[in-house]
Amino acid sequence: MAEYKPIRKVVSGNYAAAYAAKHARVDVVAAYPITPQTSIIEKIAEFIANGEVENLEYVAVESEHSAMAACIGASAAGARTFTATSAQGLALMHEMLHWASGARLPVVMVDVNRAMAPPWSVWDDQTDSLAQRDTGWMQFYAENNQEVYDGVLMAFKIAETVNLPAMIIESAFILSHTYDVVEMIPQELVDEFLPPRKPLYDLTDFEKPFSVGALGTPADYYEFRYKIQKAMEEAKKVIHEVGKEFGERFGRDYSQMIELYRTDDADFVFMGMGSLMGTVKQAVDVLREEGYKVGAAKVRWFRPFPKEELYELAKSVDGIAVLDRNYSFGQEGILFNEAKGSLYNTDAKPLIKNYIVGLGGRDFTVADVRKIAENMKAIIEKGELDVEVDWYHLKR
Amino acid sequence: MEIPENVKKRLSIPAEEHFYAGHTACQGCGASLGLRYVLKAYGRKTIFAIPACCSTIIAGPWPYTAFEANLFHTAFETTGAVIGGIEAALKARGFKVKGEDGIMVVGWAGDGGTADIGLQALSGFLERGHDAVYIMYDNEAYMNTGIQRSGSTPYGAWTTNTPGGKKHFLERRHKKKVIDIVIAHEIPYAATASIAFPEDFMRKLKKAQKTPGPSFIQLFAPCPTGWRSPTDKSIELAKLAVQTAYFPLFEYENGKYKINMPSTKKEPKPLADFLKLQGRFKYMTQEDIDVLQQWVLHEWEKLKKLAEVFG
Repeated sequence: MAEYKPIRKVVSGNYAAAYAAKHARVDVVAAYPITPQTSIIEKIAEFIANGEVENLEYVAVESEHSAMAACIGASAAGARTFTATSAQGLALMHEMLHWASGARLPVVMVDVNRAMAPPWSVWDDQTDSLAQRDTGWMQFYAENNQEVYDGVLMAFKIAETVNLPAMIIESAFILSHTYDVVEMIPQELVDEFLPPRKPLYDLTDFEKPFSVGALGTPADYYEFRYKIQKAMEEAKKVIHEVGKEFGERFGRDYSQMIELYRTDDADFVFMGMGSLMGTVKQAVDVLREEGYKVGAAKVRWFRPFPKEELYELAKSVDGIAVLDRNYSFGQEGILFNEAKGSLYNTDAKPLIKNYIVGLGGRDFTVADVRKIAENMKAIIEKGELDVEVDWYHLKR
Repeated sequence: MEIPENVKKRLSIPAEEHFYAGHTACQGCGASLGLRYVLKAYGRKTIFAIPACCSTIIAGPWPYTAFEANLFHTAFETTGAVIGGIEAALKARGFKVKGEDGIMVVGWAGDGGTADIGLQALSGFLERGHDAVYIMYDNEAYMNTGIQRSGSTPYGAWTTNTPGGKKHFLERRHKKKVIDIVIAHEIPYAATASIAFPEDFMRKLKKAQKTPGPSFIQLFAPCPTGWRSPTDKSIELAKLAVQTAYFPLFEYENGKYKINMPSTKKEPKPLADFLKLQGRFKYMTQEDIDVLQQWVLHEWEKLKKLAEVFG
């Protein structure tokens, strides 16, 4: 194994994604432009135009629906396949997301989290990706540009092991268009970490004719669903192994599906996903200085859901403030809903409260985390919730 | 069954079968005949993409397949995009695509999946220039869902959502000319074909195979179930459609139009010959038949003119 000397580049989150796709030696990229995803595919097109990649077929399709359809065709034909989208585009792909997981195709996609219209918004929130919760895609939420890059590389390895598609999610503008130092991995070391894909089946194999996706009668359909669930369960193990291997090779450990930050002796923790957790970690440092015993729990993988890791955390704290940059209308924040549901049949019963924050790109700052900390502290002292779901920024 | 060499020599189309018996098509199904010819033309080194349509069912449920070729079932509106993706993957992986010895990538979709919901993906496929063949088998309605109109349903035809009632019949739009939309993309090769003229169809399939870039064939494929026609009349109906100029056979090749035999033979037979064999047209009055007849002859004249000027 060659010695790892990272190549430091100052790149946007979108360019980090494009470089990762390049380093993963993807065969096919089929994509449609949508703000704020566009610069990912522009960068990939640039790689091709400059001769920086070989044998990469870029299919400039006429819609996101066709982008995902072309990706499933390419992936079924054995190609390592990548695409990227955002918000309305992801919603348009929805039907084909089911097709990718149902046909057990390890397509990797970057979704740039953007709030859904109307009203039109190009800014960050997580409702677009979380609305794809039940499509059978794995979901990884990146905190920063480094995690976008690392996430794409790991996603290919994990997806191609369990034969399920994976989505790497980054925040609109906060990451997609913000430049930061990213440590990239030399190509030969990526190649060692991520060998060429070995497809589960390959449409170019004509020895014994077969069909994929044929009619599944009630006698068989059920078992196909069960196998997807089994693959999701297996993915937890694979995520742990691949995350650990990544840490050993490149120094950044992703073995935990929930990254814990100063939680060891914490009375309560802030739990959330994506870029807002960078702000939260910074706030935790500030609050710790002020005497608050708080920590942060960053949920990296939302699918499969890290139920077991959540339980271990929940046992050790009095309260969890779940920060949801998303909402499921008629119910509550989606991560909150998942976390609460996961703990119901366990003996871990911390006070768990939902704060809806940052919808449609509303700014979320260290000062906001402090206010939430004050509120959480009061609740824990009282031993009961004031409200279950707090629309934190609401103009009252 | 082994076919004797002397018999093989007399056959104008390949004797080899790559479409298995035991498929689940209805009696007299035109589409299944079409599939049989496509498989004869291209053989087992073929990757099919088939969207939601009768052929999804015809191929058989999991784990069966009636195809001696690989088949990827896909969503209704995605045929063009999926074959584009498959072709891109094959190229990235270094396979030869199309041509005499290349892998054939074939989109096989019905008229609904082509003229309506799949039109956008078809357009994208044509315009991007993928090396693949798109075959629209045209049975003029959504047959698999129980006979509803598509953009390819002709004027006057009964379907379950355009019924002929005591007072009205609802289908008052003429058939969408998908081939004209295709030709507007200026692809290298587009053609119409009919299951009643297999030699002509096979020749066109071979030409599509040899021509680089996207090819399109619109295949006329009667559906006795949806057309309310006797199951033993499918070939006759497909023949009459050509003879009446209702569905003329022609090719568009690098900007040139060519009308194919037997469409060029003589003056079209009366359209009524074609209509009267089908229950779906029985609601039409003479006046309605005249409307359709006039449209058919008008389109036929247009095509003849195109062949004359751009032949």
